[in-house]
Amino acid sequence: MRFVDEYRDADTARALAARIAGLCEPGRTYKFMEVCGGHTHTIYKHGLEDYLPEAITLVHGPGCPVCVIPMGRVDDAIHIAGQPDVIMTSFGDMMRVPGGHGSFFDSSAEGADIRMVYSPLDALKIARLNPDRRVVFMAIGFETTAPSTAMTILRAAAEGVRNFSVFCNHVTIIPAIKAILDSPDLRLDGFIGPGHVSTIIGCRPYEFIARGYGKPLVVAGFEPLDILQSIYMLLLQLAEGRSEVENQYARVVPWAGNVKALRAVNEVMELRPYFEWRGLGFISHSALRVRDEYAAYDAERLFDIPGNRVADPKACQCGEVLKGVLKPWECKVFGTACTPETPIGTCMVSSEGACAAYYNFGRFSRQRVREATR
Amino acid sequence: MTETRATREEQVLERIDRARRRRARVREEHITMAHGAGGKASQTLIEAVFLDAFRNPLLEPLEDGAVFGAGGARLAFTTDSYVVSPLFFPGGDIGDLAVNGTVNDLSVCGARPLYLSAGFVLEEGFPVEDLRRISASMARAAAAAGVSIVTGDTKVVQRGKADGCYVTTAGVGLLERDAALGVAHARPGDAVLVSGPVGEHGVTIMLARGELDIEADLVSDTAPLNGLVAALLDAAGGAVRCLRDATRGGVATILNEIARASGVAVVVEEDAVPVRPAVRGACELLGIDPLYVACEGRMVAVVAGEAADAALAALRGHPLGAGAAIVGRVRDDPPGLVLLKTAFGGTRIIDVLVGDPLPRIC
Ligand code: SF4
Repeated sequence: MRFVDEYRDADTARALAARIAGLCEPGRTYKFMEVCGGHTHTIYKHGLEDYLPEAITLVHGPGCPVCVIPMGRVDDAIHIAGQPDVIMTSFGDMMRVPGGHGSFFDSSAEGADIRMVYSPLDALKIARLNPDRRVVFMAIGFETTAPSTAMTILRAAAEGVRNFSVFCNHVTIIPAIKAILDSPDLRLDGFIGPGHVSTIIGCRPYEFIARGYGKPLVVAGFEPLDILQSIYMLLLQLAEGRSEVENQYARVVPWAGNVKALRAVNEVMELRPYFEWRGLGFISHSALRVRDEYAAYDAERLFDIPGNRVADPKACQCGEVLKGVLKPWECKVFGTACTPETPIGTCMVSSEGACAAYYNFGRFSRQRVREATR
Repeated sequence: MTETRATREEQVLERIDRARRRRARVREEHITMAHGAGGKASQTLIEAVFLDAFRNPLLEPLEDGAVFGAGGARLAFTTDSYVVSPLFFPGGDIGDLAVNGTVNDLSVCGARPLYLSAGFVLEEGFPVEDLRRISASMARAAAAAGVSIVTGDTKVVQRGKADGCYVTTAGVGLLERDAALGVAHARPGDAVLVSGPVGEHGVTIMLARGELDIEADLVSDTAPLNGLVAALLDAAGGAVRCLRDATRGGVATILNEIARASGVAVVVEEDAVPVRPAVRGACELLGIDPLYVACEGRMVAVVAGEAADAALAALRGHPLGAGAAIVGRVRDDPPGLVLLKTAFGGTRIIDVLVGDPLPRIC
């Protein structure tokens, strides 16, 4: 795994940290949002904040696919899973996400057949092996995972598999970023752009952020050094008075994105007029649904889903956390009523959620630990 | 402003700590897979249901086995059930897993394993040939560990009511030294060792299921630890505070039990933890941390700081401990936490696992 170690070297990190500190203007504070949950996870998993000067705050954005699923959609999925001939399939992360009436885990304990898969193709395989059952894939994620869902539907259609469908909850990142930029309670200095999403959509869609809002954005990779370097690049832009879209992750992200993947998504899916995001409310043109031509693979049409909107629990401040207005620990129920075992909000469920990342990896006083381990 | 924010954060952390110390309560109405995963849910179930019902001083420490006196001798007693899927995997099968598991639970109590029982739950239709294979490998494992399987039981259930074959073993061992081992015995200044590369068993099982398109040249690490434990206790005897075999929940879970029971902090150096490249690669792809992956022939040892080198030499001198390493230190603050110095140079917590990415690995 040399290709990983290269991007985790502590000496390089120290050198980069020194340059970052050198670029911070005395007396000024900086707030950068990492849009993607994968970045949040990396930051906490490697203890990256230990390298940052106090003047820099990282704000954890809305890019965790599990975190943005509203409770009503979970209930709908559980309703589908409860049909006698259904096998529901889903990524492991979805299992503990609470809806209005419990999670997949709970409904599985009550008898529903819910299976964890690593890709939608696994779900299609299950459908082939169980011709007398209806197999539904709970599709979640941003542009990163939408192509594999689309291609699986295309494959199912090509093979004539009739007992497979997708409960589509794919969302798109740009409208969410725009919603955050338009929200009045947040002052950001720049964005660490989502690496995985950008492999699909490329870098161009972010240009309005740099041009229209005057905020620099650096598309970053997922190793800790990638993130440190992108912070350095953001600071450099600010120091030089630039606001541009830059690509730190050029080894993986082509500027124009992945045309083939986008074409597959376009073939199978279309934008919904609006979609509810957990904590952020309804955002227009922010999610995908299956096109009419592929209705036979759309669980939303095949099953009579209740489609009820469930208000987020009162105590839940996920919206503020997703927008980066609150740090996870500033939520009133953080760590007491809301923990990874008994999540109230979705940010506490996925390992990419800001609350879970902070609870699992960062729940200690850096000050005290620094003293204790000196 | 940062000043007050930091103090507020500190207060929140203390509140969380208090919440975590509260008495365990099972909120679910049904058993979920998480209850068997060795993480927090398992712990809660054990404390809130079993400990609550059976409470007694021998059970209370929740060690791998109970240690008690009988007729002038000191004995260790333990039991474990095995539901691994698949039953046969590279490097072993459910049979040697069941024998080694119980041998190891006795060994880490400081006991010499003597006698085992074996109970089988078989599903109607299960091939007799497979049962022969499993029994033969149990016999081999018992011989290798120097124990005898002296009693047993068999039950058959209807097709579909079990998954092929489940095995339960129990064992007794004799304590011949007066080493006082226990999860509550770690002291600041102690060293933390692991006896070899971690995570091989769990990753092997996961790959053996064939659900993932990953291939790796890996075999389970299942092995009896009694010889290795004896070598360690011979060399570092009184300096050994605690031994645990790192099964379900992996090394991370054991370290958390130690930190919590001893009221100490454990600081682990990520760089120092031995992990085979194939395990690391698979874990990287699956997004799991090898520290949480089960081993079936590895143990964690906490020894007094000054005896660390002697302990390491003793482990490395034994074939099963060739890959042993000192991975961390015990400190006094912050109590109850396991901290990881990441290879990248940062710090983070290693908490008890909530769910389980790897169902039915033992
Ligand atoms: S602590 Fe729980 S309820 Fe509060 S913001 Fe985080 S996930 Fe949401």
